[in-house]
Amino acid sequence: MADLLLQTLVNATYAASYMALIAVGLVMIFGVMGVINFAHGELYMAGAYTVVFLYAKQDFPFFVAVAVGLVFVGLLGLVMERGLFRPLRSNPLGGLIASIGFLLILQTLAVLGFGVRMEHIPPSTQEKLILGDAIVLTYQRLYVIVAAIILLSGLWVFLRKSRFGWALRACAQDPEAARLQGISLNRTAQLAMFIGAALAGVAGALTAPLVSPTPLMGHSVIVTAFIIIIVGGIGHLEGAVVAAILYAFVHTFVTTLFDGVIANIVGLALMLTVLVVKPTGLFGAKERA
Amino acid sequence: MRWAIAVVAGLAMFIALPHVLSYSQQEILVLLVINVLLVVSYRMQTLTGEWSLGHVVIMGVGGYASALFAKGLGIPVPISMLLGAVTAAAVAYGLSFPLLRMKGFYFLIGSFAAGEIIRLIWKRFTDPFGGPKGLKLIPEFPSFELGGLHWDFYEPVHYYYLAGLVVAASLFILYRIERSRLGLTFHAIHWQDKLAESVAINTTRYRTMAFVIASFFAGLAGALYAHYVGSVNPTRFDVAEMVYVLIWAIVGGTATFYGPILGVTVLTIINEVLLRELGVDEMRPMFYGAILIASILFLPNGLESLITKGLEWFRRRRGEAPGAVDQSAK
Repeated sequence: MADLLLQTLVNATYAASYMALIAVGLVMIFGVMGVINFAHGELYMAGAYTVVFLYAKQDFPFFVAVAVGLVFVGLLGLVMERGLFRPLRSNPLGGLIASIGFLLILQTLAVLGFGVRMEHIPPSTQEKLILGDAIVLTYQRLYVIVAAIILLSGLWVFLRKSRFGWALRACAQDPEAARLQGISLNRTAQLAMFIGAALAGVAGALTAPLVSPTPLMGHSVIVTAFIIIIVGGIGHLEGAVVAAILYAFVHTFVTTLFDGVIANIVGLALMLTVLVVKPTGLFGAKERA
Repeated sequence: MRWAIAVVAGLAMFIALPHVLSYSQQEILVLLVINVLLVVSYRMQTLTGEWSLGHVVIMGVGGYASALFAKGLGIPVPISMLLGAVTAAAVAYGLSFPLLRMKGFYFLIGSFAAGEIIRLIWKRFTDPFGGPKGLKLIPEFPSFELGGLHWDFYEPVHYYYLAGLVVAASLFILYRIERSRLGLTFHAIHWQDKLAESVAINTTRYRTMAFVIASFFAGLAGALYAHYVGSVNPTRFDVAEMVYVLIWAIVGGTATFYGPILGVTVLTIINEVLLRELGVDEMRPMFYGAILIASILFLPNGLESLITKGLEWFRRRRGEAPGAVDQSAK
């Protein structure tokens, strides 16, 4: 029993890691541009398919594929910023709707390039960590956890310490005032979009061997990301991380005790409850838009 | 007099239309008629300014409920359809308590979550909802003799007339609601909610009413769908389908009553005529995505704005006051 509990704990830590990467990216984009990026799940999918293409089909080393996935999806983010969100800056709902259009395009491209069938990717390593007696943590999952910790703490330092980070946070707080200080809104938005998209991409790339990518995998990802950013408070980075951990633990434990569908219902009900009781999220970020 | 001619011409077209189409096109025509009701009821929901992502699920509630009433309880299909619509309205009323405490993005995401919960319940509870495979062998609309004809609603043409009648009546009711004091209040809440509140309008009550009315007609569309196709399943009402409703409404425009009808009709024709002929079924979502992006970037007020502009130009040429028909003015 204790083993089962600890194993679930380890599984939840893994789930929390990639969920936090996705949700933090979504929050970054919302924070700076005021747009909910509905295509975020498809950016994750694009990251996963980069690994399918480079690692599973072209035999590049796994980490090269992941790095390419990070950059490639970040560039996709730049395309979205330039093509969709910048012209629609005065119309946040328009940005959301345009991102739905972009989502459909990305899905179709994945179907055309790789087919609708599930892709099976061989794990990049068979090694695993045995904790205690029987608690297993595969290296493949450990990579995700380590990457999430490194990337998110790196992002945190970047946002707190660098000039870019200051500019970014200024834009998130008050775009008008930031502009008056000579901060370029366009440059900052591009930076936020690159980071946000790249985080989703790297999450997709790292988890690709663990989840069997399909072109439609983005749907469940965006549902999860919505739950997390609502629970954590829209536009609140630390909140998103804490909510990702909270949600991952609730979801993993309910899945272990009951089944996956019940866990999804519980997650959505949790989000509805937060919306009703405290719409600003557990961390009370100020409402935008 | 001009109105009478227009009505007669419209009626003649309505009756004649299926007879110039092939069998498969007739089937699509039935779905188009049902989708018209769906997207117009969606517009009723957006009148108060809230964009829902749960409308298709509400449609599914109507379909599932009507199917279960007819199949499980043996209620005659015409009555079960109405009961299905009432169930959809009742579910919407229940959901309005949590959902209508939110606005904007929060409402959008909240309605999405509520819809997903309903869909997962259909998926999870095999009894009575049939699980992921959904309900099959839903009883069809009973056939009868009328005017020397055997009306068999297995035939798309016959079902088209039935659905057309129901949808026309619903559109008339929705149109009258919008033109009534109630509809004007919805508009007022959309553009000036604080002002509306300050003249003693209970905005939450009116937003609930818009939500419930829209859901009733969405449920009716769902019931029409269920008894025509004969099966419903959770995937049929997922967010991908909702995206299409959103696209129809956005491409058509939501400032006028006819905008969404224009959107769904034009896109269905393009979809069925062009894409099916070209044989690029896999490209469909990409095409819709591109249209959606193009329309939000270059035609933010939808196809209807072309018509209002055209009408204005036409009137100006005839020397009437410009701007008289500009209904899209905000």
